Amino acid sequence: MATLEIKDLHVSVDTEDGPKEILKGVNLTIRDGETHAIMGPNGSGKSTLAYSIAGHPKYHVTSGSVTLDGIDVLAMTVDERARAGLFLAMQYPVEVPGVSVTNFLRTAKTAIDGEAPKLRTWVKEVNAAMDRVKMDTAFATRNVNEGFSGGEKKRHEIVQLELLDPKVAVLDETDSGLDIDALKIVSEGVNRFKQNGDKGVLLITHYTRILRYITPDFVHVFVNGQVAEEGGPELADELEANGYDRFVSAAV
Amino acid sequence: MGQEVSLDVSSHLHPAGSFDLADHPVPTGMEEIWRFTPLKRLRGLHDSAPFVDGAVAVKVEASPDVVVEHLAADAAVRGISGLVPTDRISARAWDAATGVTVVRIPTEVVAAGPTVVRHIGSGSDTASAAHTVIVAEKFSRATVVLDFEGSATLADNVEILLDDGAELTVVSLQDWADDAVHQSTQHARVGRDATLKHVSVSFGGDLVRHDATAEFSGPGGSVEMLGMYFADEGQHIEHRLFVDHTAPRTKSNVVYKGALQGQGAHTVWIGNVLIRKIAEGIETYEENRNLVLTDGCRADSVPNLEIETGEIEGAGHASATGRFDDEQLFYLRSRGIEEFEARRLVVHGFFHDLIRRIGVESLESKLAETVEAELSKNVLKAL
Repeated sequence: MATLEIKDLHVSVDTEDGPKEILKGVNLTIRDGETHAIMGPNGSGKSTLAYSIAGHPKYHVTSGSVTLDGIDVLAMTVDERARAGLFLAMQYPVEVPGVSVTNFLRTAKTAIDGEAPKLRTWVKEVNAAMDRVKMDTAFATRNVNEGFSGGEKKRHEIVQLELLDPKVAVLDETDSGLDIDALKIVSEGVNRFKQNGDKGVLLITHYTRILRYITPDFVHVFVNGQVAEEGGPELADELEANGYDRFVSAAV
Repeated sequence: MGQEVSLDVSSHLHPAGSFDLADHPVPTGMEEIWRFTPLKRLRGLHDSAPFVDGAVAVKVEASPDVVVEHLAADAAVRGISGLVPTDRISARAWDAATGVTVVRIPTEVVAAGPTVVRHIGSGSDTASAAHTVIVAEKFSRATVVLDFEGSATLADNVEILLDDGAELTVVSLQDWADDAVHQSTQHARVGRDATLKHVSVSFGGDLVRHDATAEFSGPGGSVEMLGMYFADEGQHIEHRLFVDHTAPRTKSNVVYKGALQGQGAHTVWIGNVLIRKIAEGIETYEENRNLVLTDGCRADSVPNLEIETGEIEGAGHASATGRFDDEQLFYLRSRGIEEFEARRLVVHGFFHDLIRRIGVESLESKLAETVEAELSKNVLKAL
């Protein structure tokens, strides 16, 4: 059971000309078992929403609330949010020199679970998770994301998603830069995660392509820092056919 | 007047050497080679503080087949590497040393395990001088660790000679107590097809100034210079490197990494490389990276490259000094890892590849533990 509730969220970033408001009152409720797709043109604030939920220090919440099962997420530190059950699959996963994937995954798993995973089963689990996304297990000894291709980084995000098994996953343009094979592999990973209990998924994407493999329950069109329109999967079909023009011109 | 020998280094950044103390006036701090060093904290090493024997004991644990001798200061082996003092402290230490420790790896000997030369200081009130000569004869292979520990005010010269085809790793470990002052001048002459890995690790001491220089006596030689340092509150750690490509088809690769924490922590890294006209077909790269962990630190980093011939394979350098990467910390923390643990991972990661490249197994865990101990002093405690 998990409900992520975002109410009237306003978020600013610092610019040279002072604070600039990016999110202008976002309302969104993700109940367990639901997959929500957020679609929108570049610069509409989709990624800002993802990073604000995860607590990136660059983004300042000026008003509104984010709660997970009624508990104030905004009062939590970045790592507390993750331990509370939130996961952000990043569009640009960060390289961490000198830290091996093995060490990173074990440290993260230990932090999330509050105890170290059992060594024997854990190694098997990691190898199996890498196998499922067709990632060579040799990656385990490499430094986190260092020298990984774009596709390998995204697969590594899915490996983490499956191993850390959060309540709610926010996927920030996980489909960007993937070829069709990689897109299918990543989508299958997300679908496995969804089947593994009542999971919430917030799928942020620019393109409708990934929605052929991950079926959303709800589609939200994001324009100018707000949800401009909401609907079912059919809304994605309309965007596929007509693009964002209708929403962008309406917002101007 | 003493012997008149000139190092004849045409690089404007490197003064000509001399054994004659008169050629090395007391520095004022304005000189290029002294401008970063807090002279007042040198306890007169740079001026005329008298040297007294007895405050620093030298103990050697030699690997089998490695020959160790303690000879008088007038032993012919002194100067074998071509070391000519290029600053006053080195020249004073040359004059003052009353003996010389010689480590010799005989021809074609492959030494099992490292030979450790310990310099154990028992007090910093009086200045000490020391001289060490390491000779790796033809086709020998060995690791020599120079371990500096305890309290001392020490000026020493270390000469390293590699004959043809020798493979030698020299690790200089400045693991001093907090009050130590140390200048070490280490010069290597690398023979034809010989390979030197020189490693300098500086953790302890109030002021540590370390000059490491290398030249080549034949083509095909290779020098790797690795360094790591961790400067705490008030500590001054200075590494000055000079690779003189005096022969064709030689290689040099320099990587130094440092971390700084606490008010007044100051590190200096000077990386000089000279590619002489004769040194065609050489390859060189030098790199210095500093991780600033708290406010109030200062890292100076100056790579210099002088090229007298364009007929080379490659030459480059890089220097970067920065704080914790916020994006790295965010990424780790977004996976549930607490802030202190994330910082620990990043700092260990920063040094990890370097420690592995040092390649001396018995040192690896010690270095990782030292990093951990340094971190617990400040960075992790503050959280």
